[in-house]
Amino acid sequence: MSSLSERPQQAVVGLPLPHESAALHVTGKALYTDDLVVRTRDVLHAWPVQSPHTHARITDLRVKPAYDVPGVVRVLTGDDVPGVNDAGVKHDEPLFPTEAMFHGHAICWVLGETLEAARLGALAVEVEYEPLESLVTVREAIDAGSFQGTGRHLVRGDVEDSLATAAHVFEGEFEFAGQEHFYLETHASVALVDEGGQIFVQSSTQHPSETQEIVAHVLGVPSHEVTVQCLRMGGGFGGKEMQPHGFAAIAALGATLTGRPVRLRLNRTQDITMSGKRHGFHSEWRAGFDDDGHLVALDATLTADGGWSLDLSEPVLARAMCHIDNSYWIPNVRVDGRIAKTNKTSQTAFRGFGGPQGMIVVEDVLGRCAPLLGYDGSELRRRNLYRLNDTTPYGQPVRHADRLESCWSQVSDNGDVVRRRAEIERFNAEHPHRKRALAMTPVKFGISFNLTAFNQAGALVHVYKDGSVLINHGGTEMGQGLHTKMLQVAATTLGLPLARVRLAPTRTDKVPNTSATAASSGADLNGAAIKNACEQIRERLQQVAGGRLGISPRDVRFTEGIAHGLTFDGDSLRWEELVDDAYHQRVQLWAAGFYRTEGLHWDANAMRGEPFKYFAYGVAAAEVEVDGFTGAYTLRRVDIVHDVGDSLSPLIDIGQIEGGFVQGTGWLTLEDLRWDESDGPHRGRLATQAASTYKLPSFSEMPEVFNVQLLEKAHEDGAVYGSKAVGEPPLMLAFSVREALRQAAAAFGPAGTSVELASPATPEAVYWALDQARSSVLVERLEPSGV
Amino acid sequence: MSTTTTQAPSITVNGEQITIGDVTVHTNALDWLRDRGLTGAKEGCAEGECGACSVLVARPGTDAPTEWTAVNACLLPVGSLDGQEVITSEGLGSPAELHPVQQEIAVRGGSQCGYCTPGFVCSMAAEFYRSTRTTSNGHCDHEHGPNGFDLHSLSGNLCRCTGYRPIRDAAYALGEPAVDDALAARRSAPPPPPAATAIAVDGAEFHRPASLADVLELLAESPEAQIVAGSTDVGVEVNIRGVRAPLIVAVDRLDELREFTFGPDEVRIGAALTLSEIERLLAGRVPLLAQMFPQFASRLIRNGATIGGNLGTASPIGDAPPALLALDASLVLASRRGERVVPLADYFTGYRETLKAADELIRTIVVPLPLEPLTAFHKIAKRRFDDISSVAIGYAVDVEDGVVRRARIGLGGVAATPLRAVATEQALIGRPWTERTVREAAAVMAAEGTPMDDHRASASYRSAMLGQSLLRFYSEGVDA
Repeated sequence: MSSLSERPQQAVVGLPLPHESAALHVTGKALYTDDLVVRTRDVLHAWPVQSPHTHARITDLRVKPAYDVPGVVRVLTGDDVPGVNDAGVKHDEPLFPTEAMFHGHAICWVLGETLEAARLGALAVEVEYEPLESLVTVREAIDAGSFQGTGRHLVRGDVEDSLATAAHVFEGEFEFAGQEHFYLETHASVALVDEGGQIFVQSSTQHPSETQEIVAHVLGVPSHEVTVQCLRMGGGFGGKEMQPHGFAAIAALGATLTGRPVRLRLNRTQDITMSGKRHGFHSEWRAGFDDDGHLVALDATLTADGGWSLDLSEPVLARAMCHIDNSYWIPNVRVDGRIAKTNKTSQTAFRGFGGPQGMIVVEDVLGRCAPLLGYDGSELRRRNLYRLNDTTPYGQPVRHADRLESCWSQVSDNGDVVRRRAEIERFNAEHPHRKRALAMTPVKFGISFNLTAFNQAGALVHVYKDGSVLINHGGTEMGQGLHTKMLQVAATTLGLPLARVRLAPTRTDKVPNTSATAASSGADLNGAAIKNACEQIRERLQQVAGGRLGISPRDVRFTEGIAHGLTFDGDSLRWEELVDDAYHQRVQLWAAGFYRTEGLHWDANAMRGEPFKYFAYGVAAAEVEVDGFTGAYTLRRVDIVHDVGDSLSPLIDIGQIEGGFVQGTGWLTLEDLRWDESDGPHRGRLATQAASTYKLPSFSEMPEVFNVQLLEKAHEDGAVYGSKAVGEPPLMLAFSVREALRQAAAAFGPAGTSVELASPATPEAVYWALDQARSSVLVERLEPSGV
Repeated sequence: MSTTTTQAPSITVNGEQITIGDVTVHTNALDWLRDRGLTGAKEGCAEGECGACSVLVARPGTDAPTEWTAVNACLLPVGSLDGQEVITSEGLGSPAELHPVQQEIAVRGGSQCGYCTPGFVCSMAAEFYRSTRTTSNGHCDHEHGPNGFDLHSLSGNLCRCTGYRPIRDAAYALGEPAVDDALAARRSAPPPPPAATAIAVDGAEFHRPASLADVLELLAESPEAQIVAGSTDVGVEVNIRGVRAPLIVAVDRLDELREFTFGPDEVRIGAALTLSEIERLLAGRVPLLAQMFPQFASRLIRNGATIGGNLGTASPIGDAPPALLALDASLVLASRRGERVVPLADYFTGYRETLKAADELIRTIVVPLPLEPLTAFHKIAKRRFDDISSVAIGYAVDVEDGVVRRARIGLGGVAATPLRAVATEQALIGRPWTERTVREAAAVMAAEGTPMDDHRASASYRSAMLGQSLLRFYSEGVDA
């Protein structure tokens, strides 16, 4: 067992603790970026001028009328940028564009004494546009050959040969929608020039270091003149990995130009119309099976709808391609990937980061082919699960592949699946207008940033003279419970009660050059960095304690704030006393920690290597009931077994699994991004740009029965205290819901009906699917439904 | 800013009386609270869909003098709370002394990012304090806890993180308020009476007249006035579309608009009663409406939205019109010129246009008795809780000796106005109530109206849903 994963006997990690800010959350005392405004004097408020065109050249921009509006202080335009007019790391996102690239693109920003003044000022700005041709759908972009970034190619074996000889070959085309993050807290930044002349930006960002970098390059100053702090976020989900930078830069630019604090908080409409979303994809596939239902070949072309700029589309595409296998052994694979350029928001990271988009393709293949092959969908899936010693299409061994089967059989047992299947069959036979179905789907998700360099993290741990401990790390808190876990890691490593450790907000002047809190890696990376820092301090204090206790420093242990020998029999020393001693001996009581994930290698051009430290596994069983009159459905029961290694914080992990699952269910069934694809005057406008039109799961979408268990004895060697990442993988357990809906729709038709189901599977989509299935049987009598 | 008021309007927030002060009349209660440092309540959507801004207001109860009523602060003009008592998440408890609701949510992992949490806390607290919630009643299903907690009370609150299970568990774990709970005790005394309010700031005015006569006078003089009750519709216009009416007139607490009588010949429902109040007052006596209420927006909206408002905005996708059309309801319209009664079936004249003159106010909704024996309300939407209808259908049918004697079918979402499915009704009346009749009528019904394609549903789905709805109605009826 590695020292990183070894867990001491009385560890604070592993305790089911509530979120460290829970008491602040429930009392409204937890502060978010925009809550700082009322605590800041003389704040100016920012409002954007947004393009009413989907693609247009800006031929004139007249800001003077805005200054006639009472309370308008400043209009920010491209002329004001002292540094680089760019908001992205790919240098293809002008902060102030000369060409509107999507409907809602911010052209310039108005600063006002009040938000109302800024709004009215923005209305007064006069912009002349010369409309240009626009590409709104991914299909239009494909037809026009409009692509961006580097296309990728992933190959194993001989797809053509194996398709030619396969017993069964199917092909299909499938386009599926993206997803709006809809973090409850919209983008927000508050910037000011501090007493030292430095730029201080408070931002709701998952990536403070990159926000700092972009602010610095827009202002034309070195990074050390900019500090970014993130108190906490009201949700991120990937939507605050790249997207906050430009907004922070606007606030910072305004603050430097006016000398006053500037607050930029998007309202919901602005947030939805301006910020990037999960990529929708277009896919084409051919799949070959043998007579036993084993996949022998998969050939797929994935086209990601990248929107107007590159953003994170390349790594999202790479992860999609690396997850097209989901949990299945496919000997021959060919995947071509490319990124369409369309006149939409620039699509970006979203929980799963392309993984879901790759996996949905193979799940769709299996779901559609199962009836044609004569299998139940779940049985077909189980047959194809990876086994020990299998490797992925990109050449990484699937370590712990047996956990898929463990999770599967546990879900099957816990969920009483065999009995319920029989019950469902009876129910369906008795109910012509309502059908139920149960589907099981697995998840295998690779953990680490595909880009190896991002797999590093830093931490700063202070022990003060009174023995209290303050920890800082580079990760951000967006609700996922990272800070809770980090407190537990520090308390465990130092052998202290949790209350002795406090965590300070994430700041770039404490820990520099951090990676985004993303890729589910927050606890793995930052936890290891904190552990490293705490171990340095612990080792120094062991020296001091060894001297005091008259034992070898190597034998000193810390438990609950007491330093003692290998047993509790001998002398012991209180932590506070020890710290005081150490100070007087001039021992350094603080340390910077660092961690980099070992053993990763990735050839991005060849799409080969071992990009992931490990895989997270899980299996879900979902039961739905579909109403044949409307296509409306309920999620009756969900059973999940998920592998989080040895959990650092079980209550947090269960929360991540449940929340991820419901969010995934939202993507697959309910959340419906609709752009105006017509040639009318609103072409390219997002029609679902509000909570009233873009529906998130609410209580009515929660499974009526929801059982989540963590896979037991799941120690992960080589990860902090034996744990595994949990942020993203559970989202993809929601495929079980989509597949159950497909099966329930098919149940309206004769046995063996293969159902094509649109994504999202809204009630309307399910209705058309079941209507198609039903139309292949004689119109049944309108029997009493036995409701 | 120049402010003239009859007396300094103020709100009692968490027990402290705070002068509303120099804010525009369009400032909503949420922004006002936040500007005063009470940043617990959040803006998540600014249109009453997410509930992050939920706060408690002491409102008249039907079963106790006062009920703590959760509303969306983002939709309310702050002036509309003049004289009222408001409790926010900060006022319920502190980190050192959590309220039982806060305690349950905190320890069960009911908060992740925490942004929606103060709103959930307030909505849950309202249900915790609901005077008719009995912890001993046996009715318990997946939407009702063993402690009498109705999950629909949280239907207007969105959480993007948790997946809701721990929040539900927290809700179902709540006991009864402690004997010394001050907010529970507060219910036994009446809420503050409505204050007559007049605020004028920067040329815009907010008025809450003291009587209906005063309102009608004002309307006669200024027919362009924007009437508000719960502001659940107008608030969206203000927040999302930047509408700034120069004169706002609040009518929601006028006694004359809050009548309620049941029988023997009719039910009279005051236009300014909220959907929640009507639901409690009817107590299931109009099954069609009882079926509609849980599907009408969310509890947070129903706590503010009035029946008169839903008819006044005349939205083609409002949920009340199809139900009330099926019930053959009439409206009493009042103006300084007098009152008149208009059948609802004649009321809608075009897209958001009605027979109501600019100086008229809906005073009462009248539903004739007896009710038809077979009724149903079908709502087609993407989401079961808190969604806007793609199609909504209200049915009221009388079958005697196997023959359809009367049939009224109200439709929403399939035309520029709510309408009666007259052709379908004709295809049913006088014919035997059989599958054959219903199938033929369903084909007629599928051709009713002129449904559109939009982001909620395709035109073809809307049409299909009309026909399917009648088949479903028959299927359910046969079963009953």
